[in-house]
Amino acid sequence: MQKFVCDACGYIYDPEQGDPDNGVEPGTAFADVPADWVCPDCGVGKDEFSPA
Amino acid sequence: MTQKLTAVKVADGVYWVGAIDWEIRNFHGYLTSRGTTYNAFLIMAEKVTLIDAVKGPFFEELMARISSVIDPSKIDYIVSNHSEMDHSGCLPEVAAAVRPEKIFASQQGLKALGEHFHEGLDVVGVQDGQVLDLGNDKLSFFETRMCHWPDSMVSYLHGPEVLFSQDAFGMHLASAERFDDELDDRPMARELAKYYANILMPLAAPIKKALAKLTGSGLAFKLICPDHGPIWRSHFPRVLELYQRWAGSFRTRKAVVVYDTMWQSTRKMAEAIRDGLSSGGAKAVVMPLDSSHRSDVATEVLEAGALLVGSPTINNQMFPTVADVMCYLQGLRPAGLIGAAFGSYGWSGESTKLLSAALDAMKVEQVAEPVRVKYIPTAEDMEACRELGATVARRLAQAYPDRA
Repeated sequence: MQKFVCDACGYIYDPEQGDPDNGVEPGTAFADVPADWVCPDCGVGKDEFSPA
Repeated sequence: MTQKLTAVKVADGVYWVGAIDWEIRNFHGYLTSRGTTYNAFLIMAEKVTLIDAVKGPFFEELMARISSVIDPSKIDYIVSNHSEMDHSGCLPEVAAAVRPEKIFASQQGLKALGEHFHEGLDVVGVQDGQVLDLGNDKLSFFETRMCHWPDSMVSYLHGPEVLFSQDAFGMHLASAERFDDELDDRPMARELAKYYANILMPLAAPIKKALAKLTGSGLAFKLICPDHGPIWRSHFPRVLELYQRWAGSFRTRKAVVVYDTMWQSTRKMAEAIRDGLSSGGAKAVVMPLDSSHRSDVATEVLEAGALLVGSPTINNQMFPTVADVMCYLQGLRPAGLIGAAFGSYGWSGESTKLLSAALDAMKVEQVAEPVRVKYIPTAEDMEACRELGATVARRLAQAYPDRA
């Protein structure tokens, strides 16, 4: 599955890992991550991520 | 005689109470040739409010300036717009001296201040758009995440229409004067660009978003008070225009030639490349790294269209000075550059290959294979360097015909 990188801070969202600390189960594709999810490192929104 | 440290009134009921650091030259690796200021502001509303603190060693200067207006223990609120140590370093001491009713920061600021000072500070997190009632005035908070830290926010005082913009629109420039229209334009323009290049360049996406938020807010801005350098009273429209330009990766027909040299061969190559660039109508800026600071290279790259990097090979590596600048520039993520690598060598000659890989990592489009020269450049080698310069100049002329 496609990874996404935060344009602001460089955090990489890996669908295999998800972001369980913030309610995103492992195996969640980036498109299915909730719209109000924010980068766990710097706090910017989903719209500031690009395909890695 | 002791120095008298006083506040400076900047608007009705608003005072500058910051500190001037004439001496600093190394700001986490950024050459601050003209020193800096750590700006803090006192709002004399019914709820007396301090906006930001200063770097740790300047605690007494801050307190002396506050004391020239009011007994510091009368301060009700402290707002921390940005938790970096140059604005929060003495926050625990200020809080201990003032005993404010509340300290405010963004939600991310609440986290960051906790991670700086651990159990030492009692901070209240505010929401984006939240309005704080100061009795006879109102202060609004706007999150500006990653402009330039996760915690960054700006505060807006409605009565006198003042924006406290934390590091945004700031610069490292120490001066006795507080306002933009009291200072010479050229050093100010230079330091504004240097600040953007070295601190904000990688953050184009969040900056565009923050600028849109600011300009779309419908608020009027009479005064912009950043955390470093002059307060914008006259020239802010121009500053806004420059920020929009830089966030859009504005590039010109300028080429930056950066190199270091061992026995003058790579220097000669750089000269020949410069010749080719100039003959082709590009503006060439040559930066030998034994006398050019990485933060000045970044400033030149800000509006450049091309980056050419040269290094000799030493012990199978590129020169450490060149590695330093490449590491720094990669982190600043300049977008849309073209470029090339060049360098001399004696036997193994890895430097140009390593430089080419470093340019790839920076997403610089390389317009030609690296030019490599064994020991001392021949007339043909020098011609190859001139040709490289000319090739880059042609590409820049095509890309930016109207931007000399």
